[in-house]
Amino acid sequence: MTLERFLIIGAILFAIGLYGALSKKHAIAVLMSLELMFNGVNVTAVALSRYTVPKVLSESYQTMDNAASFLLTGQVFAVFIITVAAAEVALGLAIIIAIYRSRSTVLVTEAADMKK
Amino acid sequence: MILGEGTEGALITELVFWTIALSTVVSAVAVVQIRDLFRASLFLIVTLLGVAGLFILLRAEFLAGVQLMIYVGAISVLIIFAILMTRDLEEGSTSHSFRIPVALVSLIFMGVAIYAISNTEWNIIGSETLNQDQMNQAAGVFTNGIPTLAKLLLRDFVLAFEVVSVLLLAAVLGSLALVRGR
Repeated sequence: MTLERFLIIGAILFAIGLYGALSKKHAIAVLMSLELMFNGVNVTAVALSRYTVPKVLSESYQTMDNAASFLLTGQVFAVFIITVAAAEVALGLAIIIAIYRSRSTVLVTEAADMKK
Repeated sequence: MILGEGTEGALITELVFWTIALSTVVSAVAVVQIRDLFRASLFLIVTLLGVAGLFILLRAEFLAGVQLMIYVGAISVLIIFAILMTRDLEEGSTSHSFRIPVALVSLIFMGVAIYAISNTEWNIIGSETLNQDQMNQAAGVFTNGIPTLAKLLLRDFVLAFEVVSVLLLAAVLGSLALVRGR
């Protein structure tokens, strides 16, 4: 139960972010929804690293000297996800500001030149 | 159980968990439902704070600090800054015409995910999955999380660590090149 409820919160956050990212017109709102999705994934990764054991660890009878440290792999993944999300937000907001400057709109439906 | 003994299942922990969980989910809904983009970004900050609280409940104190510094400190400021820079069209964050099918897809995804989560046999940390030696190691890992995390990052995942720093540099240079006036 304790693991599942954290995973369910991660899934709910991801689903809300998915809805926002696909349905919003404003580019910054899309970026904010992407942040929600990243956070859902982070909660899932950290909860899994807190409560579950890697298969290789539970099956190895002789203990490797750093075997238990692999319990924290989910946290390492969360660190990388946070870093990549920060890079993505910096770049995404720069692109939004550049689009706003050149055509004074921030709606993703307006920036559709490649469709024509 | 070795991990978080004494706090797990205590009434105060349950109370804190449900408060954080409820406020996180409610403000996440508010982020995608409120038309005023600035208010939505404030609710996004509440959600990010709630996720930091969940990290603390999961014994990931370092990640909670990182979450506070990067998300609550930096990313939300960037987002608010971008909202204020591009504000003069007072349209708010409206939705597409196909928001209903998108909402259906998200709901179906959520249902499938929750079904899968609650029907999986998880390999939970405990005496069935680990021997006594490994249990002691695991207890050490979680009570001494930050040095272990540092060892993992700088020894086993050092290549990814360095590549991520190059990625950050490229992102900073790229965003500078994009926003610089010509």
